[in-house]
Amino acid sequence: MNYIAIKNNQRINISDIPTVEFNSLKEQLAISNLRPLAFFGSDWGDKIKLYTALADDEKGEILVSSALIDKNLKEYDSITKENHQYHMFEREFYEQFGILPKGHPWLKPVRKNLDSYEFFKMEGEQTHQVAVGPIHAGVIEPGHFRFMCSGEKVYNLEIMLGYQHRGVEDLMVKKPSNQLAESICGDSTIAYNMAYSQVMESLGESVISTKAKLIRRIALEMERIAIHIGDMGAILGDIAYLMGKEVYAVTRTLVINTMLEISGSRFGKGLITVGGVNFDIDEKMSDKIISMLSQVKDTVNKMTKAALKSSTVMSRLEKTGVVSKDTALELNLVGMIGRSCGIELDSRFDFCDEFYKDLEKKPFKATNDAYSRFSIRYREVKDSIRFVKKLLKKMEERRADALYLEPKKFIPDSFALSIVEGWRGEVVHIATTDGEGKLSRYKIKDPSFNNWFGLAMAVRNNGVSDFPLCNKGFDLSYCGFDL
Amino acid sequence: MENNLLISIVNFIILLIAPFFVIGIIKKTKAFWGGRYGVSIMQPLWDFLRLFKKRRVISTTTSWIFSIAPIVVLTTTLCAGLFAPMIKGVSIVDVEAAFIIFSYVLGFGKFFALVGAMDTGSSFEGMGASREACFTTIIEPAFFIILASTIALSGNYNFSSITNLVQNWGSFGVLITIIAVIALLVMLLSECSRVPVDDPTTHLELTMIHEVMILDNSGVDLALCTWANGIKMVILMGLIANFIIPNDLSLALSGALFLLIIFVLALIIGTLESGIARFRMSHVFEFIFVMCSFALVVASLAAVKMFGV
Repeated sequence: MNYIAIKNNQRINISDIPTVEFNSLKEQLAISNLRPLAFFGSDWGDKIKLYTALADDEKGEILVSSALIDKNLKEYDSITKENHQYHMFEREFYEQFGILPKGHPWLKPVRKNLDSYEFFKMEGEQTHQVAVGPIHAGVIEPGHFRFMCSGEKVYNLEIMLGYQHRGVEDLMVKKPSNQLAESICGDSTIAYNMAYSQVMESLGESVISTKAKLIRRIALEMERIAIHIGDMGAILGDIAYLMGKEVYAVTRTLVINTMLEISGSRFGKGLITVGGVNFDIDEKMSDKIISMLSQVKDTVNKMTKAALKSSTVMSRLEKTGVVSKDTALELNLVGMIGRSCGIELDSRFDFCDEFYKDLEKKPFKATNDAYSRFSIRYREVKDSIRFVKKLLKKMEERRADALYLEPKKFIPDSFALSIVEGWRGEVVHIATTDGEGKLSRYKIKDPSFNNWFGLAMAVRNNGVSDFPLCNKGFDLSYCGFDL
Repeated sequence: MENNLLISIVNFIILLIAPFFVIGIIKKTKAFWGGRYGVSIMQPLWDFLRLFKKRRVISTTTSWIFSIAPIVVLTTTLCAGLFAPMIKGVSIVDVEAAFIIFSYVLGFGKFFALVGAMDTGSSFEGMGASREACFTTIIEPAFFIILASTIALSGNYNFSSITNLVQNWGSFGVLITIIAVIALLVMLLSECSRVPVDDPTTHLELTMIHEVMILDNSGVDLALCTWANGIKMVILMGLIANFIIPNDLSLALSGALFLLIIFVLALIIGTLESGIARFRMSHVFEFIFVMCSFALVVASLAAVKMFGV
């Protein structure tokens, strides 16, 4: 296949990306056993430039390729027919450029909802439909769920999203800023802001200090710890295990309050900026974080052990919402959810940098069910606490580093890609610049983009009352998907 | 006789007011186990009064059934409360075989709750109604068997004769009492939608049972529905108390013991809700079948005693 292999956070000239004939690119994508990271179009005069990026997780490389498509092209043969991993990408491409992927098994809107859309239907005396949302009973984001059930059993769940599509990608091109980047998906503030800043720095080939890099990674791990603990509490709350819910909620607060002390925001807003970070972690703060994390680790250990000893909790978690590894691979589930299904993908380690190189993850035995999604969080919390402590140790030698180095101007006609493993999974940001060195296209892929379909598969043949438990286990982002 | 009248009046007042405090105590207990201060015990009462100030919002798809359902549910529950023995085993209306009227008046209210929920045409409420109906069909016969066999044992058909078990039958009565009380506890958790059968605090419509049936009720209607549910809880707790309390105690002692048992039951429910997770919907049936099997044990024990097999 004709491609250029790049590393994470590497800038290349657009002219260095091989332009392949569209049909041959499609054929190669369809048979490739590498998973897609991106498949998106960009205006190119009277044509559309289609960029594709494949992830070679073993080598830690990203294979970028492109094709030029005539704007008058009406339709093409769908890749999804042969390779299901492209089903979301092709739907998105169709929605943005209107070129019909012929033979796509389920071509429906991704973000732009049509009132005329007909949901998948089952007929029969016993089947009934349950429609949930987009306005929900809890204070959560909007999404519509359509269940086809027979009695209590769910046969099919169809998920409709896009209710808060804000046109983030276009906004990014017009007026890129850290404030915008960290507001795209509020629960992954650090991951989004880090990916954005890295892309911006790559485009100008700016360097930032090691200390700033360390602080970013510490914040990223702390975000993971906080959200994972909060989710563990929410999972237990959904099965009415009150003790767990409250203990985890209290513990999570310890972590985010420490974040508040570091950056002035409990979610770390304003911490990361293009060129470095805005706030320092000094020795005193470092000690504070370490003692806080020891306390957190202690509580989480005790609570998790107590919860998993409770037979009522285990009977709810085990064998609920099973997604087999084959299904997960076919759908290209990524991040924590992928790992809970037995796919060992973690962009922190697959696209390793100097900091994660000497950190080690403990192996996780996936059971593919709600229990797996609970215990992967426990494992990752413990791992991340270890990581933070090690990263803080590395900080000691780097106290004198600058927090912020003035970033350089973007290099014209560049392409840069950044992958950050947020708590949900890989957050991919891609940016290109035009001839004047201005942003010409900004593309974001949240892990939820891959994983929403996994949720639909998880609830099949489960009780409809188990849906909230599955949903909480996946805990996918609506705004990260809707953009 | 005058004494009975006085007790009846006190009973009725308890029936009307106790629900708020029972729910308040349950919430306080849950707060305690969760390490929170929690809201005041009076809060359910304030919530109830607040709902009276609110407007009723009625869906345009509903018919008159939806509008009258809350009133019917409250009236039937109160009506059933008149037949149930409370302090000192005194029922306000004491007639022979009152437990049959009691069960069916409650059943009538349940029917209207179900029909009222289905009248909204909402898929949630239909789902909740189907779950509730399903559990009720198992609970009702079991409840009937327990009451019928214990009452038959005492020879007369007054509802209050469930208080005589321990005196009349000694250790045998104690055995039946223990089994019957456990069965009634299961019924209490299920009928009053508490954990592990239902989760009264959840906001997830798909998992609810009782709450989802009153999802469309607002203002006064909602107040009446929650009140009726609380009254039902107090009635069932009163039944359990009467199984336990011997009837030869003095009025003061018996009354105090009655209130104490209701208090302890509220503590037990609160603690249970803090310590265990809710069952999977399919396991709830197994849990309720526990009540059925215990009911059959009570029936066979009673038969052994009566016919001396």
